[in-house]
Amino acid sequence: MAKLTEIRWHGRGGQGAKTAALLFGEALLGQGKYIQAFPEYGPERMGAPVQSYNRISDQPITIHCGVTSPQVVVVLDPTLMDTVDVTSGLPEDGTIIINTDQPASKFRQKLGLNSQRVHTVDASRIAMETIGRNIPNTPMMGALVRVTGLVDLEEMLEDTKKKLEKKFRSKPEVIEGNLAAIRRAYDEVKSDQEG
Amino acid sequence: MATQTKERVALTGNEAAALAMKQINPDVCAAYPITPQTEIMQIFSSYVADGLVDTELVTVESEHSAMSASIGAAAAGARAMTATSSQGLALMWEMLYIAAGLRLPIVMPMVNRALSAPINIHCDHSDSMGCRDSGWIQINSENAQEVYDNLIQAIRIAEHPDIQLPAMVTFDGFIISHGMEIVDTLNDDDVKAFIGPYKPAYSLLDVDHPITVGAIDFTDYYFEHRRAVAEPMFHAHKVIEAVAAEFEQKFGRKYGLFEAYKMDDAEVAIVVLGSTAGTAKVVVDELREQGIKAGLVKIRVFRPFPYRQLADTLSGVRAVAVMDRSDGLSGFGGPVFGEVRSALYDAKQRPIVVDYVYGLGGRDITLEHISSVYQDLLTIQKTGEVPTQLVKYLGVRE
Repeated sequence: MAKLTEIRWHGRGGQGAKTAALLFGEALLGQGKYIQAFPEYGPERMGAPVQSYNRISDQPITIHCGVTSPQVVVVLDPTLMDTVDVTSGLPEDGTIIINTDQPASKFRQKLGLNSQRVHTVDASRIAMETIGRNIPNTPMMGALVRVTGLVDLEEMLEDTKKKLEKKFRSKPEVIEGNLAAIRRAYDEVKSDQEG
Repeated sequence: MATQTKERVALTGNEAAALAMKQINPDVCAAYPITPQTEIMQIFSSYVADGLVDTELVTVESEHSAMSASIGAAAAGARAMTATSSQGLALMWEMLYIAAGLRLPIVMPMVNRALSAPINIHCDHSDSMGCRDSGWIQINSENAQEVYDNLIQAIRIAEHPDIQLPAMVTFDGFIISHGMEIVDTLNDDDVKAFIGPYKPAYSLLDVDHPITVGAIDFTDYYFEHRRAVAEPMFHAHKVIEAVAAEFEQKFGRKYGLFEAYKMDDAEVAIVVLGSTAGTAKVVVDELREQGIKAGLVKIRVFRPFPYRQLADTLSGVRAVAVMDRSDGLSGFGGPVFGEVRSALYDAKQRPIVVDYVYGLGGRDITLEHISSVYQDLLTIQKTGEVPTQLVKYLGVRE
């Protein structure tokens, strides 16, 4: 397997961490990638910390063990960082993307990170302003595309649009809202290196 | 003929199983929920509600009844399916033997999950291994694609005039059942043409040719009837391989009794089934890059057991590790170990064979775990000595 990207999503039960991994996987499938998306199954309760995962590669993926050392960590809920070790297994060249209205520089020290890349985006606000609900997982897909460079944004948006059109034929505002959310998070995600 | 892929889609193993069932369009399906299988029947029942299949869905009150209803439907000449996991399979127990004894070609997705106690919802193979001697054909799947392809092939295998036995298609609970990956799907018409119409040799509803089903045999004929149940298991490999060959010719994906991965010159090898095979292939590739002649055998058909073909493939390998995702509690390792070791008794160049019981109750099996098994095999190859401890537990705290 030449190049395998592993992603870990952190959220709270009910926030859509599982759906985010599935949607992101599907979006990348549309771009010719091989993908896996799977949740961590445990006693599930609304609000309890949950994790889900993606594997992405240009070649078929046969590995089926858990993801313990992801290159990218996505945090859907910043309050998780007080109780969950979100950087567990994150390598020195890894990347963390946090949904927060705070600057990225604030989290490097708090999380005890060294050379890892830290990115932030206010995905909750973007979701409220575009979709009308606090579902940060959709905009986070835009931030992920920007930070990982795995696929082309415009092509992914085109593919996502087609999929949403099938699902929400009678609700065009839902389609436009989701696409706008992805695009805005793509544009607005910031790293602490950018100042 | 070119590969006739309809669409490349992202599906969980359960979604792939439900889609295969939709395209198979069985006459009767008995439904009862159990984690992690529930989703299959949930999705399939929506197909029934939406009128996308012609199936008579029978919602029953237990797995015992699910298998009983399937048996009744199959005896009446219907193409019957159901699905289960773990305790559900255990509750089906006496009916499993009856389905096989009556030669009814019921096909059942079986999502592997540990057996109680303690209660656990995650994957191991204790459930399907427990019924390995019930007369069901057992086909194991590594991933969602294989779940889909194996279910379609299982219909042909089970219903073949020379077989006439029930078949279960197994796959790993949560790891495959709830994990989404890429599946190349087939056109409805192509699946329909491949499986063909079901023409039962006998039917309870064929009043012009009345038969008795479920009769009593004492010392006079019981043995002969059980001998007849055993007979197709001696020949099923031919049918399974022929169905696989036709599947490959039509749809481009190759299947066999087992997959021999980088075995041609292998000196050390792992024998494994299910999703762990995919993880182990990554380790084999890494070892090959280091110049180590490692290989892997993934058993697809566990019943009937391909002992002769396995012996041919493993003969000459210096050290073999069988990986068992269930414990035989026999004092002699897991069930796959017993079968493989027995198969190798007549091998021309018999390898040293050891067993690793792993992954019980969903315990993660990592690349490092599998690497450690190959390292043990390399040590055995070097010393040429049979380890005093034949059976080891991998990844357990003790």
